[in-house]
Amino acid sequence: MSTVAELKDKLNVELDAEGFLVNPDDWTPEIAEILAKEEGIEELTDRHWQVINFVRDYFKEHGEPPTLRAITKRSGVPTKELYQLFPKGPAKKVARIAGLGKPKGCI
Amino acid sequence: MKRLVILGAGTAGTMVANRLVRELDMEEWKITIVDEYETHYYQPGFLFIPFGIYNKKDVIKPKRDFLPPEVEVIISPIELIEPDKNRVRLRRDDRYLPYDYLIIATGAKTNPEETPGMKEHEWHKSIYDFYTVEGAVALHKHLRTWQGGRLILNIAEMPIKCPVAPLEFLFLADWYFHEQGIRDRVDLTLVTPLPGAFTKPKAAQLLGDILEEKGINLVTEYNIERVEPDEKAIYSFDERKVEYDLLVTIPVNMGDAVIERSGIGDELNFVPTEKYTLKARDFDNVFVLGDATNLPTSKAGSVAHFEVDVFIENFMRYIDGLDLLPTFDGHANCYIESGFGKGILIDFNYDVEPLPGNFPLPGVGPFALLRETRMNHWGKMMFRWMYWNILLKGKEMPIPAQMSMAGKWS
Repeated sequence: MSTVAELKDKLNVELDAEGFLVNPDDWTPEIAEILAKEEGIEELTDRHWQVINFVRDYFKEHGEPPTLRAITKRSGVPTKELYQLFPKGPAKKVARIAGLGKPKGCI
Repeated sequence: MKRLVILGAGTAGTMVANRLVRELDMEEWKITIVDEYETHYYQPGFLFIPFGIYNKKDVIKPKRDFLPPEVEVIISPIELIEPDKNRVRLRRDDRYLPYDYLIIATGAKTNPEETPGMKEHEWHKSIYDFYTVEGAVALHKHLRTWQGGRLILNIAEMPIKCPVAPLEFLFLADWYFHEQGIRDRVDLTLVTPLPGAFTKPKAAQLLGDILEEKGINLVTEYNIERVEPDEKAIYSFDERKVEYDLLVTIPVNMGDAVIERSGIGDELNFVPTEKYTLKARDFDNVFVLGDATNLPTSKAGSVAHFEVDVFIENFMRYIDGLDLLPTFDGHANCYIESGFGKGILIDFNYDVEPLPGNFPLPGVGPFALLRETRMNHWGKMMFRWMYWNILLKGKEMPIPAQMSMAGKWS
C-alpha cells in the first residue's frame, strides 16, 4: 500500500489525510482501478462496477455517499455479496474507490 | 381557524405542544396531537432498570398529564400521512385530519426482527434489549440470578437513539458485577459497527480509555448479519463469529412504519429534513422534530429540546411570511453515567466535537466536560426530575439552544 503522498503523485489529484479524493469531479475509472488495488481488490468486475456506479449516482442526487443499508436496499447487490466484493467496511471502501469523501457514518 | 397537527406525543411532540399553546393565539389556531399510546416513557431511565436502580414505575406516566388542555388529544394509530393533500388519515374511525401545518415527531423504534435469529425462541431468555421497558425489566430479572460468563453488548447498526447508552450500560455492568462480587467471572465486550467506542474521535478516545481501565473488551467495525440462538453466537457479514452466554442487543433503530407507508422516508424510515431549519426537505408546510429526522446529530431528548427552541422562534417568523433562519446547529448535551457514582458530560454540535473544559450552568454548575466526576453523576440523577417537571412542560431550561464555546478548552 502506498502512502497518501505517493498516491497523490501517482494520481495527480488532491487527496485528504485518509486518501479520499477531495473533489469528486477529479474521479476517472482509471483512478477507481488504482484505488481498488490500494484497497486490496485486484480486479474490478461488472458487479463491482454496478455498486460503484450506483454510489456515484446516489452521490449526485443526495450530495453524500450512501450508507451500507442504502446500497443494499437500492443497488441490487445484497449485503453478503457486498462484503465479498469489498471486504471489511464496504460502504467506506466503495466511497473511496468511487472518488467520494469518507461517509459521515453516524453520530 | 388555522389547523396545526402534531404527530407523536413523545418527548419532542409534548414539548412543542406546550410551547405552541403559549406562543400562538389560541383563538386563531386549533392544535391537534395524535399518538398511538396513552403512556409516556422516560426513555433515559431504561438504562438503570437492568441494574435495579430504577424500576418500571420510575419511568412511566400518563401522556395526558403533560399535554396542555388547549390541545385536542387523539389516541389512535396513524394510517397515512398525505402531504400532497395536506391531511393525515387516522386508523381510528378512518378519520381524516386536514392541516395547514404539520409537525412530524413520530420518533424512532428498535426493530429486533431486522436481524435473523434475534427475536426468536431465545428472545428474553439469553438475548435481551434494554431500549424497551419490557426488555429492561426482563434483563433485570435475568441479571439477579446470573452467575457470570460472557456478556456481549452488540450495536446492530447506526444510527441509534442515545449513542452513549451502550457504553453507559457496560460501565454500569462493570460496577454492578463488582457489587455482586462476581466481576472476575464476567467477561464484558462491546461489539460495535463503529471504528471506535464512540462516533466523535476525541470522545471516542477518552471513552475507549475508560473501557480499557475497566477491563471491557472492544470489537470494532463489526456489522452483525445474524444471531445463531442455539449456538449462542453472532456472525458478522464478513463471517466473524463472537460467542456469548448473555447477549444484550441494541437492535436496528428505525423511524415509524407510518413514514414508510406514506413514502416520505429514507431507507431507515427517517424523514429527510433541512439540517439548519428543521423543515421537511420535500414539503413547505411540514416540520420534523426529534428522532424522526434524518439529521446527522444524536437521536436524544436534549437534541429534541434544542430543536424545539429553534423551531418555535422560526415558526413564529414563518407564519408571518418571514424566511426561516438557519439557526439549528445540531447541539447535543449528554450525561454519561460511568459507574461507581461518577459521570461524564459531553456537549457538542454538527461542527464542534465534544471538548474538555467546564460547562457553566447558572445556579447549579459548573459541570466538568469530558471528565469523570461525582457531580456529573448527580446531574444525571437530577435530570429525571427536570424531565418530568420542566422539560416536557416546555418551561425555561437554563441551557441555550445553540452550543456555546464558553468554558471549553479548545
